Amino acid sequence: MTFEDYDTESFYDEMFLPDGSARPEARRLVERIESLPDGELVRRHQAAERSLLHTGITFTVYGDEAGTERIFPFDIVPRIVSRETWDPIERGLKQRVEALNLFIDDVYHDRKIVRDGVVPADVIDSSEGYRAECIGIDPPRGVWCHITGTDLVRGSDGTIYVLEDNLRSPSGVSYVLENRAVMTATFPLFEGLGVRPVIDYPSRLLSMLEDVGPADVDRPRVAVLTPGVYNSAYFEHSFLARQMGVELVEGRDLVVADDRLQMRTTRGFERVDVLYRRIDDDFLDPTRFRADSLLGVPGLMDLYQRGRVTLVNAPGTGVADDKVVYAYVPQMIKYYLDQEPILPNVPTHLCWRDEDRRYVLDHLPELFVKPANASGGYGMLVGPAATPAELEAFRARIEATPRNYIAQPKVDLSRVPTRVERRFEGRHVDLRPYILYGRDVYVLPGGLTRVALKKGSLVVNSSQGGGSKDTWVLS
Amino acid sequence: MLSRVAESIYWMSRYIERAENVARVVGVNNRLQLDLPDLTEEQWDPMVKVTGDEERFQTRYEAATRSNVIEFLTFDAANPNSIVSCLTRARENARSVREIISSEMWGEINRFYLFLREPDARQRALSDAHAFFEHVRRCSHLIEGTKNETMEHAEGWHFSRIGRFIERADQTTRILDVKYFLLLPSADDVGRPIDDLQWGALLRSASAFEAYRRTHGRVAARAVAGFLLLNREFPRSVHHCVNQAQISLHAVTGTPIRRFANTAERALGQLVAELDYTDIVDVIRSGLHDFLDAIQDKLNGVGNEITHTFFAQRWRGESLR
Repeated sequence: MTFEDYDTESFYDEMFLPDGSARPEARRLVERIESLPDGELVRRHQAAERSLLHTGITFTVYGDEAGTERIFPFDIVPRIVSRETWDPIERGLKQRVEALNLFIDDVYHDRKIVRDGVVPADVIDSSEGYRAECIGIDPPRGVWCHITGTDLVRGSDGTIYVLEDNLRSPSGVSYVLENRAVMTATFPLFEGLGVRPVIDYPSRLLSMLEDVGPADVDRPRVAVLTPGVYNSAYFEHSFLARQMGVELVEGRDLVVADDRLQMRTTRGFERVDVLYRRIDDDFLDPTRFRADSLLGVPGLMDLYQRGRVTLVNAPGTGVADDKVVYAYVPQMIKYYLDQEPILPNVPTHLCWRDEDRRYVLDHLPELFVKPANASGGYGMLVGPAATPAELEAFRARIEATPRNYIAQPKVDLSRVPTRVERRFEGRHVDLRPYILYGRDVYVLPGGLTRVALKKGSLVVNSSQGGGSKDTWVLS
Repeated sequence: MLSRVAESIYWMSRYIERAENVARVVGVNNRLQLDLPDLTEEQWDPMVKVTGDEERFQTRYEAATRSNVIEFLTFDAANPNSIVSCLTRARENARSVREIISSEMWGEINRFYLFLREPDARQRALSDAHAFFEHVRRCSHLIEGTKNETMEHAEGWHFSRIGRFIERADQTTRILDVKYFLLLPSADDVGRPIDDLQWGALLRSASAFEAYRRTHGRVAARAVAGFLLLNREFPRSVHHCVNQAQISLHAVTGTPIRRFANTAERALGQLVAELDYTDIVDVIRSGLHDFLDAIQDKLNGVGNEITHTFFAQRWRGESLR
């Protein structure tokens, strides 16, 4: 297979220049792919997919009656990120996460940012992730957002924008590691390219978790809390626990006793000091949040408030996961760090502001409208592709609950060549790097490149027909 | 080890063993039908008895024909003991302990499950039953071998062995119970070729034919029962199974064998001691069926005590969830 008839069309292509020649950082990869014997790429792609299915690297699709697991579709052509592209991304993400963390801490303490008129109190109090129970809490090292997955997109002019910040329980990092493992096994094109490794993520994650243990515990014991085997990200929970060598627990394994969190083992009860929880705040503790939750542990929140156990990410962090709050992050960076934002936001219209709302309602067919608090691409309006009925339905929703909606112009996401049968075609991608915050801030080189496999589609979510690619950051 | 994890490993192993035994019984019966075409359909009726699911079968099927029985025992999701049901549950359990069992072992369990879910599986089970059920057995053995070679021989491995051996002991008593009375309608039949074939089939269903021949030579009803119940070396005999389960149970707790520190060790130890000093002549004289029934009850009791001791401890005042 060759790239001879590959067409970048009018989009920014991550691998090729508009004149059809390979970008300097992609040249050697292009040569290697083109030098493979006929049919070899297809064979290796199939081998990779078999390997993913057999190791059970799957996700569950909600709303699918059969509860079938599917493999997260995987494309064999990697995305290459040059060092020159990566360096500002890394600096920009560190800057952003530091500002967000200061913001969350401020929200639950003095609210200086409100007093100084930068972010309206309304926006904070109406954020779905805001938890009054967290007022006054001082988590170890002052860290709230220990693990962040920030979605980046590149527009047609080559600018890289932040699309959203995922600060609750960002998922997908296991695919980054498994994609790399599968690529290494089935497609050894790496040699001599200087691809930065991702394999040390689990040990960095573990160090971070150990660094934020309760102050009075010397060698904290870590566990991962999962909602269970039917959760769509269960594979990842299990994978990370296994890679870190810690227990993967469910709520029913845990009990608050002797003023500590304890897990039930075959030899009696054992203490847990740091809980990397992959369940939402609402489900953590039925005595404090949703009473019907069977996923959490009665008494956990009280224990946490008294510093007897660390929860990662900290409860209440979701206040900054809101897409209205997102719009204020550039101002937060200036306010807390006195710096210019390195990575810009996508221009965002906040429907609760009268002027913005009028604009949004007038330009609905051109805009992407998103619920402020949802993720996974659920409940989103893709204006340019919507039917008149869908547009009307959204218009009504926006008018009824303007706080719940934001709108952004269509960003023509950049593309990467993707195998379609026996040829390559451009498909739109985003990038979700993962950022760890404990003793300091660490950004995993690369992250999850999600690709919209449907021709022309700009929606990359796995639940909406997206797949993924290995991401090679060059050193 | 987390109690929930130990419990999942234990049941995962029991379900895989159960699936293997169903395949053994069906596979051998199928073979028998080829050898003895005269027997035809009535041969399939007792198969359902082995599993103890007669009632469920009768409400769902008209007659115990070959294809009905194979469907019921292999693919019927409404039969909790069908091979597919066992594997579905084994895999669900395995999925929830993936971080404990080895990736290779998970891979084999998953492959086993996917094999049963192939679109032409039903058709192959009917048209080439021998190869199909042989493959099921091999899948189970691959899981077992992969487990032994890739999983650390630590607590989880021991819980897996406890589950495997307790299930296998139970299955062997069931196969023996049904076949013994089916095959021994009257003393006159002894020595006829059909008898030899049938008893041979019973032994083969436990992979015991060759080992039995080496030990006892001629096939005789009492010796067969004695072999499957009391042989210490043969891996599917009840006595061997409970011995192995005991070794693993005591490896988990560290209690010396022949002593007990909990009710699980006590219940299993009593069963082992009983089999240690049992003679098949006495068993047959006082009634094999009652003896097998009692063994099944005791195995059940051991299972309950294992749950109570390791899987379901409660903190003072903690309520069940």
